[in-house]
Amino acid sequence: MENKANIQDDSQLTVEQAIANLQGEDLGLRVYAAWWLGRFRVDAPEAIDVLITALEDEDDRTNAGGYPLRRNAARALGKLGEKRAVPALVRALECSDFYVREAAAQSLEMLGDTSCIQRLIDLLNDKVPGTLPAPEPPQLAQPFDAIIEALGTLGAIDAIGVIAEFLEHPIPRIQYAAARAMYQLTSEPTQLSNQYGDRLIQALANNDLQLRRTVLSDLGAIGYLPAADAIAQTLAENSLKLIALKGLLEKQLQQTTPPDLSAGAIKVMQLMDALL
Amino acid sequence: MADYLNTLIRAVEDADSSLLLQEAVKNLAASHLEGAIPTLIASLSYNNPGAAVAAVDGLIQIGEPAVPALLELLDLHNYTARAWAIRALAGIGDPRGLVTLLGAATADFALSVRRAAARGLGMMKWHWFPNNELLEIAQAEAMDALLFVAQEDDEWVVRYSAVVGLQFLADAVAVTYPEWRSQILSQFEQIAVKDDSWAVKARVLLAQQHLEKQTAIEQQQTLDDRPSPLSSMDWQKIMEDLYGRKGQERQVFAEGDPRRYQKLAVAIAENSDE
Repeated sequence: MENKANIQDDSQLTVEQAIANLQGEDLGLRVYAAWWLGRFRVDAPEAIDVLITALEDEDDRTNAGGYPLRRNAARALGKLGEKRAVPALVRALECSDFYVREAAAQSLEMLGDTSCIQRLIDLLNDKVPGTLPAPEPPQLAQPFDAIIEALGTLGAIDAIGVIAEFLEHPIPRIQYAAARAMYQLTSEPTQLSNQYGDRLIQALANNDLQLRRTVLSDLGAIGYLPAADAIAQTLAENSLKLIALKGLLEKQLQQTTPPDLSAGAIKVMQLMDALL
Repeated sequence: MADYLNTLIRAVEDADSSLLLQEAVKNLAASHLEGAIPTLIASLSYNNPGAAVAAVDGLIQIGEPAVPALLELLDLHNYTARAWAIRALAGIGDPRGLVTLLGAATADFALSVRRAAARGLGMMKWHWFPNNELLEIAQAEAMDALLFVAQEDDEWVVRYSAVVGLQFLADAVAVTYPEWRSQILSQFEQIAVKDDSWAVKARVLLAQQHLEKQTAIEQQQTLDDRPSPLSSMDWQKIMEDLYGRKGQERQVFAEGDPRRYQKLAVAIAENSDE
């Protein structure tokens, strides 16, 4: 992730070359070009066009029937901030490949366009025909966490009822996604919404490092200030803690006008300083 | 005491799982004993981040006695261990790490290393410097590096860290070079306008507020007044490294610069072992 040596090699690809590669014969180069366009945030109209076309690719298939190029194209489109990609990504939510649907839900969350909400709710209820479960155990029917997180970010109040059911899902990662979305969807910070935030704070004590990382990202996404100390203290990489605290800080900054800083913002920055 | 230390060290050597290793290193680090240094340094090479974090914390607590071993580790080729060693040096603030931190803050390819080095550059133990001339060169280099990083680094967290470093440096030079402090403040104003990260802008605001409140007299007091343990050899090496760095930076030397360094070298060699 921090290896710039790779990135320098990648830079030798030009935008024109990447766009050409994406339409070329070599499947490996096509998948790579899709990743590259997202990584370097190439939002030229031609790049968007070829990526949208790649969402319907039929050439590149895994043994299990997955669509690697579609996955990368869906991921890239989320990073490019072009709402023109929304209808194609909504269609990608119907793809048989679990990971294409996951990438599409994440990208729709990033694009922030609410027109996809109903389709996401259908998917959460597992009511989209032709969608296959994840190929490996526990073979989830749908990428529930990605869908729930998108619904939370997009403010899908209509989904509160169905999301609440996932608070008890057997997979902790999915419970946390539900808690995060419930916090976002219960609008103003109140005792009710804080109970979901507090649930995430408790989850920071989980023994599984991977789960703690997930929860850090959830807390950063909702900017839950009461979590600040717990974030600073949990056992995880400082880089991830800093990103989570940045989420809290940004939330605090929205509540004041510069040069004013809230007491919460100052506290968060003091914690960040100690993690550098 | 020796038994106690040996038990802690053996626990690290015998640990047969990553969790046990992490725990054992944490316990050893908490002893704050100088005898723990070699084992803590070795833990930086085990490719176990939990153990490495605990070892870095322990080495920072032990402070300058750990510096020679850390500098030795920097010569080796294990990149991960290097990165941890730089983080420890940044936390200790020992002048022997200065030139390493200057290079790491501006050019390391791991953002976690640039981040730690930038903060460390601002928090160097400036009061250990044996004379004003060397101090001036060192602080000028640190300021150059930090101003560059605060404005040019691609990663928000590294720029954030450079702002933290600059805040500390502005305090350190408030009495001796008030014009540098002003220069830092005017750069802060620019960063506050043009940086695209809200976190960086907010940290600039906090630094500005801190510097406005703080008067020059308050900053005179140093928290840590232990005397410098560095020898004239150390200082000469630091100075030569700084000189070498300047040489690399500018292919054409600024007028008078090399001679100034040479005179300084002689002065340090003659006077500073007291």
